[in-house]
Amino acid sequence: MPLWVFWQKGEDGVPREYEYIEHTGDLGFKAYGKTLQELFINAARALFHVLVSPETIEEKEKRGVTVEAAALDELMVSWLGELLYLFDTQGLLLKGFEIKTLTENRLEATVRGETMDLRRHEIKTGIKAITYHQLYVREENGLWKAQVILDL
Amino acid sequence: MADDIRVEKIDDFRWLIPRTGRMRTEGLVYADETMLAAIKKDASLQQVANVACLPGIVGRSMAMPDIHWGYGFPIGGVAAFDMDEGIISPGGVGYDINCGVRLLRSSLEAKEIKDHIPTLVNALFRNIPSGVGSRRKDLKLSAKQMDEVLAKGVKWALSHGYGTAADLQHIEEEGCIAGARPDYVSERACKRGKEQLGTLGSGNHFVEVGFVEELYDEAAATALSLFRGQMTVIVHTGSRGLGHQVCDDYIKRMLTASGKYNIHLPDKQLCCAPLTSKESRQYLAAMACAANFAFCNRQTITHWVRETFQQVLAMGPNDLELDLVYDVCHNMAKIETHKVDGKERKLCVHRKGATRAFPPHSRLIPEAYQQVGQPVLIPGDMGRYSYVLVGTEGAMKETFGSTCHGAGRRLSRHQAKKVAKGRAIVRELEDQGIYVRGAGKGTISEEISEAYKDVSDVVNVVHHAGIGKKVAKLRPMGVIKG
Repeated sequence: MPLWVFWQKGEDGVPREYEYIEHTGDLGFKAYGKTLQELFINAARALFHVLVSPETIEEKEKRGVTVEAAALDELMVSWLGELLYLFDTQGLLLKGFEIKTLTENRLEATVRGETMDLRRHEIKTGIKAITYHQLYVREENGLWKAQVILDL
Repeated sequence: MADDIRVEKIDDFRWLIPRTGRMRTEGLVYADETMLAAIKKDASLQQVANVACLPGIVGRSMAMPDIHWGYGFPIGGVAAFDMDEGIISPGGVGYDINCGVRLLRSSLEAKEIKDHIPTLVNALFRNIPSGVGSRRKDLKLSAKQMDEVLAKGVKWALSHGYGTAADLQHIEEEGCIAGARPDYVSERACKRGKEQLGTLGSGNHFVEVGFVEELYDEAAATALSLFRGQMTVIVHTGSRGLGHQVCDDYIKRMLTASGKYNIHLPDKQLCCAPLTSKESRQYLAAMACAANFAFCNRQTITHWVRETFQQVLAMGPNDLELDLVYDVCHNMAKIETHKVDGKERKLCVHRKGATRAFPPHSRLIPEAYQQVGQPVLIPGDMGRYSYVLVGTEGAMKETFGSTCHGAGRRLSRHQAKKVAKGRAIVRELEDQGIYVRGAGKGTISEEISEAYKDVSDVVNVVHHAGIGKKVAKLRPMGVIKG
């Protein structure tokens, strides 16, 4: 059962970017994309939307990110985990995601955002980690879908 | 949701999940009838069954009455594994390795400090960084210091003036899990943790000033030096970003290991490796480091709690007597010896949102508590109450010396926010005599009383089932939340 849905008015009728799902202790989301790249970008946006309202983030700084994993679903966890690590260690709130390379096992991207400023950013909820529980990344009828459960 | 999981009633507080499919053993859930109906609504019973599928499980896959849907293991899960045939699972310990609770008693009565509560809470809020991304500016660990914290635990804190020698005996494992090897902790984990020692973090973590409202067992209370009306302090937090990273690092390794050792996983989050493997030995050594960091975190916070009280009340440490009653872990895997079918066996006991509850005369509990059993600290939600229990022989026989760990969530965080919407939660609590300061508005809404089961119901189940014994009920007066 979706909680909040963020709509995208795509011309090809693909409606959704990401939506949040109930989990008693924690929170999960489903992300969508016409391409695998779009899926990974939407998942990253869903992640930061848990922390703050995206409209409060400005793209002032950029970082290069490279992650590797044994399988596509694990690559999703590694990607989101890397972004969370940037937030945890450098206070980076991210909004712009440009994926340069994306294979089953490797992702290279440039990400943009800014350092958290508590005068402008109201942190909604902390995120401890990205879990593998009920994780999937798959393609259905030309639409890429992923489900991720967060440990809050 | 878990309608497909069959549950059979054993008695009023015990429910059996019969062995089906790939389960290697039965599941056993401690709950009363009303709770069970609620538990059935999420996927937690399926998770009890999933844990029962893991290799080398000894006894049943168990769940305490505060069970709720976790990731991999259910929260409130207890499972023991054979050292030769069994496994260890980082997901079965959780991201917040050695999340735990400590209780401080005092020489003061609640009525003496009642008027100081807002000042005290505001000072605690200033002195103990809390909330998302909280760091300490006055304690940044160098790489060498970090290694010492990870290897020595609370002993490091004491040698740096954070606490007293008496504290040490009143901490599970005396504040240091043996076998810690800092070289098995990644640089990333250390980087996450280096400014976080002495910080509360976010979520359900808190420091709470309260008082003893009710006693159920006078003799045990006396042994624990608790009396009616006494002011107490509870600290609830864990290993912060360092522990999360250790868990994350080793889950990645265990995903590979599970394939390597041909372990069937009902859920990737349950990934694990044989206890005899290199992967497991390294995880245990890294987990011990994260646990020691968590012990040290609660210890340094205790130091700043004591300092805050001394400043605000203008009292010396000897007058305050803010002594440690006990410190328990509730996200851990421990190597312990238990009697199984009359024989002593070394086992790896996973407690994921469950507390060790060793009985009287256990070698592993402090001298002062030999006659009454190990203190078990069960925090409730911020608007109601918390409990002090002691461990029992019953727990030793049935649950590998384990009992519940808290109230257990009833509402998701989103549901809780919905319930809290439009209400002035801080004001409502103040009307009930509880002064709350939180780092984020969101946290306070997510943590409202209605979001949790009534911890009394949880504690009553373990008390009546004989896997814990009620000693005292504590009522909050002031809380700082992450």
